[in-house]
Amino acid sequence: MHSNLAKPRLLWLQGVTCNGNTHSFLNLHSLEQLLSKFELLYHPSLPALFSLEDLSKCHQKCDILIFEGTYDPMMQRDGISLEKWLQHYSSCARYVIAVGTCASFGGIFKASAPERSSGVLFDADKKSGPLVTIEQKVINLSGCPIHPEWLEYVLMMISAQKEILLDELHRPRELYSNLAHHGCTRNEYFEWKVDAENFGEKEGCLYYTQGCRAPMTHASCNKILWNDVSSKTRVGTPCFGCTESDFPRRDLFSTKTNMSIPVDVPLGVSKRSYLTLAGIAKTFHIKRLEGKLIDYKTVR
Amino acid sequence: MARITKEERKNGIISAALKLFSEKGFYITTIPDIAEKVGMSVGNFYNYFTSKDILAKELLIYISTYLGENIRDINERDISTQEKIYEIVSMYFNMAEEKPEMIEYFLRVYLSNREVFSEGCEGMLCVSPFVTEMMMFFDDGVASSELHDQDFFSAFGLFMGYLGGMVFLFGEKILPQPLEWYKESISQNIYNALKSR
Repeated sequence: MHSNLAKPRLLWLQGVTCNGNTHSFLNLHSLEQLLSKFELLYHPSLPALFSLEDLSKCHQKCDILIFEGTYDPMMQRDGISLEKWLQHYSSCARYVIAVGTCASFGGIFKASAPERSSGVLFDADKKSGPLVTIEQKVINLSGCPIHPEWLEYVLMMISAQKEILLDELHRPRELYSNLAHHGCTRNEYFEWKVDAENFGEKEGCLYYTQGCRAPMTHASCNKILWNDVSSKTRVGTPCFGCTESDFPRRDLFSTKTNMSIPVDVPLGVSKRSYLTLAGIAKTFHIKRLEGKLIDYKTVR
Repeated sequence: MARITKEERKNGIISAALKLFSEKGFYITTIPDIAEKVGMSVGNFYNYFTSKDILAKELLIYISTYLGENIRDINERDISTQEKIYEIVSMYFNMAEEKPEMIEYFLRVYLSNREVFSEGCEGMLCVSPFVTEMMMFFDDGVASSELHDQDFFSAFGLFMGYLGGMVFLFGEKILPQPLEWYKESISQNIYNALKSR
């Protein structure tokens, strides 16, 4: 029986997955407090009320279904097809949370059976997944993997019975209206068009040659920091655009250019405007940004 | 009779200065020469441009904007890259014939008196509208697989250096034929050098 007074019943089900989101979720500092607000029916790595075998009979009901991994209808869990698992538990759930880019859009594991695999609601950016008839229930948390606090946010909002505003790809706007670029510690280098000369350096922008997708990627990675302290771009790895529906791309460590001109420019900026600004910014040589920051002497 | 607006006056100065600078040279031309040509007092001239150096920079921006707008018009047409090359060559040569002072200024004043432009016109600052449109042209050409991918300045130098050289020869009256005569072959040469392999 479900009522507002009872704890929502939570089920974590896996499709084709590397367990990345499962492991990421285990890093949540407030995991215990969060889970105390829910009745955990099943989770692949946490103590729960039922085993997978118990649930495969499809006699139980859940309020929140968390689905991790690419949806392949032919894949079986405990002898039951994912199609049947998803059909049964999504029909009784109030919310279906697709965690990770595989569950949201197909992601990396779509390659295992591309003709039949997808996310639960989207196949890349096309709304043609198995839950299309109950799309209003679906919340996509894309990312490879997701940040555990993103899932915490969604679960707390559900627990508090607050409305979660979604974007056109069913991602919570609160988390995905930012770009990964926002809050990047290299932004001054981006403004003045100063490249990172070598991989892993603290100085320089990763957008021009190293393939950074942060100016085109909806994610709050530089706002809600990873392990509370860092992000890919902060440590010198380009953003791979893993929260977007076209992930994964090829050549993640190199920027695609046409005659030295970036093919993709920052989101919402026309290429003509970008090239005008970039050309002018490159004209100026900012001494402080050209060498190692630690070597720069303020008083000369 | 309609009163001449301040903008029209300013354009008159630009036009006169372009002609004088390209004919007589930047240093020999004086502000009184320019004021006299447009029929205004030297004092009034300073209401429009506070120095000869500032005028020189404004002229460069004026030419760059003119070229940029014309190339943008070509870039936005629904035609192949090969056709765009012909249109850009054609536009540039027409400009050299109809407004020779603009190209002359670029070649003989801007490129020959870099010290005048060393502050305020560094890098792309005064030529941005023109260079940006050439970037748009090359980007579209590679994106549509009509041009091969290479360094921007290698391609830019090949295209614009070639045109500048031809216009220089034309200005020196060395070319045996009018510029019009060379449009087709030069466009073909540029396309052959840049096209996909």
